[in-house]
Amino acid sequence: MSKEIKKGSNQTHVTQLPKTRTGIDGLDELTAGGIPAGRPTLICGEAGCGKTLFAIEFIVRGALIYNEPGVFMAFEEKAEELSANVASLGFDLDELQKKKLIKIDYVHIDRTEIEETGEYDLEGLFIRISHAIDSVGAKRIVLDTVENLFAGLSNQAILRAELRRLFQWLKSKGVTAVITGERGDGPALTRQGLEEYVSDCVILLDHRVTDQISTRRLRVIKYRGSVHGTNEYPFMIDEDGISVLPVTALKLNKNASPERVSSGIPALDRMLGGKGFYRGSSILVSGTAGTGKTSIAACFARETCRTGERCLYFAFEESPNQIVRNMKSIDMDLQKFVDKSLLKFHASRPSLYGLEQHLVAMHKMIKQFKPKVVIFDPITNLITVGSVRDVKSMLTRLIDFLLDEQITVMFTALSLNTIVSEQTDEGVSSLVDTWIMVRDIEFNGERNRGLYIMKSRGMNHSNQVREFVITDKGIDLVDVYLGPQGVLTGSAREAQKLQELTDSVLRKNALTMKDRELYRKRQVLESRIAGLRSEFESVEDELNKIYTEEELVKKVTDENRLEILKKRRGE
Amino acid sequence: METNDAKYELRLYVAGKTAKSVTALSNLKRYCEEHLKGQYVIEVVDLLIKPQLAEGDQIFAIPTLVRKVPEPIRKIIGDLSDEEKVLVGLDIRPVIKN
Repeated sequence: MSKEIKKGSNQTHVTQLPKTRTGIDGLDELTAGGIPAGRPTLICGEAGCGKTLFAIEFIVRGALIYNEPGVFMAFEEKAEELSANVASLGFDLDELQKKKLIKIDYVHIDRTEIEETGEYDLEGLFIRISHAIDSVGAKRIVLDTVENLFAGLSNQAILRAELRRLFQWLKSKGVTAVITGERGDGPALTRQGLEEYVSDCVILLDHRVTDQISTRRLRVIKYRGSVHGTNEYPFMIDEDGISVLPVTALKLNKNASPERVSSGIPALDRMLGGKGFYRGSSILVSGTAGTGKTSIAACFARETCRTGERCLYFAFEESPNQIVRNMKSIDMDLQKFVDKSLLKFHASRPSLYGLEQHLVAMHKMIKQFKPKVVIFDPITNLITVGSVRDVKSMLTRLIDFLLDEQITVMFTALSLNTIVSEQTDEGVSSLVDTWIMVRDIEFNGERNRGLYIMKSRGMNHSNQVREFVITDKGIDLVDVYLGPQGVLTGSAREAQKLQELTDSVLRKNALTMKDRELYRKRQVLESRIAGLRSEFESVEDELNKIYTEEELVKKVTDENRLEILKKRRGE
Repeated sequence: METNDAKYELRLYVAGKTAKSVTALSNLKRYCEEHLKGQYVIEVVDLLIKPQLAEGDQIFAIPTLVRKVPEPIRKIIGDLSDEEKVLVGLDIRPVIKN
């Protein structure tokens, strides 16, 4: 038993089924440690679904990674054929055989060469297997495809009894066996009902072609005494063998970084609580065609590279050169970051391969390049190769994976309908942390772009619509003009501004006229006051004159009276 | 080969002295004596002793009779209880009994 298994059983205090790691990417996670150790596991599926490869990988990985030699009993292909077939995966079976790490035994069964008379058993096969196991000290064994016995021998009763005995015997030998079986017509998993004999673990491989694009799927049908993922998991076969992609995080227990990263557009950062996105968060930029989604993405990419971090850009629409050229037109030089290998483009047509293959390819590239930011432009194109549900499930896994790695991810999505409430954006909107909408504002005979933040988890984001302007100097956000006639954008905004300027000039003019009138009025008033004053003075003079006269008269009269009195007294 | 003029080289694979093996061997000897007298060699291989030989002749069932010579190689599995089948399988023309 390998160390891994012991480790695994230590972690769970209850005695668990001992497991053997297959070494196949993702499968061991799916089955919480591998297939049951010391027991047979049935791998079934239609022709060409990857059974033999699965089996080979189980043996080769066992020998190379877990130091468990293995035996490959081939009932279908000769050893040389097998070697040639898997050489493309970098498995050198001949070398491994020489090193006594594996043993391939081709069991040739040809009905035309064989005559059956009377009773027999398969002891010969047992002896061969036993001998093969002993020759390399095997811990693993593959029987590929044992059902071929049924094609070569006619006595079914003997065969069935012997197979049952074979599997029992393998169990007693304590080797972990993988038995492949081809799926036949009807509901049975295998043509000869092997699942009857192998009851511990059954894995079904499937290869479906939907809309001309093939998807391989794997499902653990049965696993006695162990929890396992029950879903169908896409898997792919590439130059590194089989990769199964389980939803890596069944639990949501990710680290949340409080660190913020700039979006590369200062105004957008201001809208996002002044600091930008959270590191390791997922951002969706959605909008209708031509709203500048790619520009926003490119801006983010440039900002990332400018801070010296790596950015991986998956382009599903344009070629890298196109993007670089187009972004140059808005004063963004991405080429220099490409040259510094801070920015890496990966452009592929979505229909190049199925979704899971995309996913695996992305996984691989991300693992290799180790970027801090990943951009998908646009995810909507993936819909051409899968249903909305498939795409969503793929994106869920992708986001999970990226968040695990603390990679900030930006998706762009093309929305076809402009009604916000109906937009699904491949259902990804509920998964993402920040959702930025860019939309057309058609008004006054022109089209402008409005940007707003639909949601942004965990930050005090702006709820305002900003006008999003792309100039040959780059991207900027302008506050939309909120006038008496409502929200105005573009030239309408400019017109409104001009209008206001005119108004103010006019008002100023009106003001000066009023001032002058007031001045004149004051002058009139003042002159009137002067007139009244002089009138008053003349009246006063008049009155004074009368007074003086009266005084004079009185004085004169008094004098006269005194004179007269004097005269009367006769003085 | 002890007898150079042996037209038939037969090899019987067995695994220990099981009932089936013993039956097969006695059946085989009987047929050979009857139909191939003097022109056959029988070699019995016990795979429990020499398991490495199973691979070479592609043995998986026990008992298996292999006709090595003349070519092409023919195999008959089972306890050889059906004489006619054995003879057809080995391509032996039965000696007509009077």
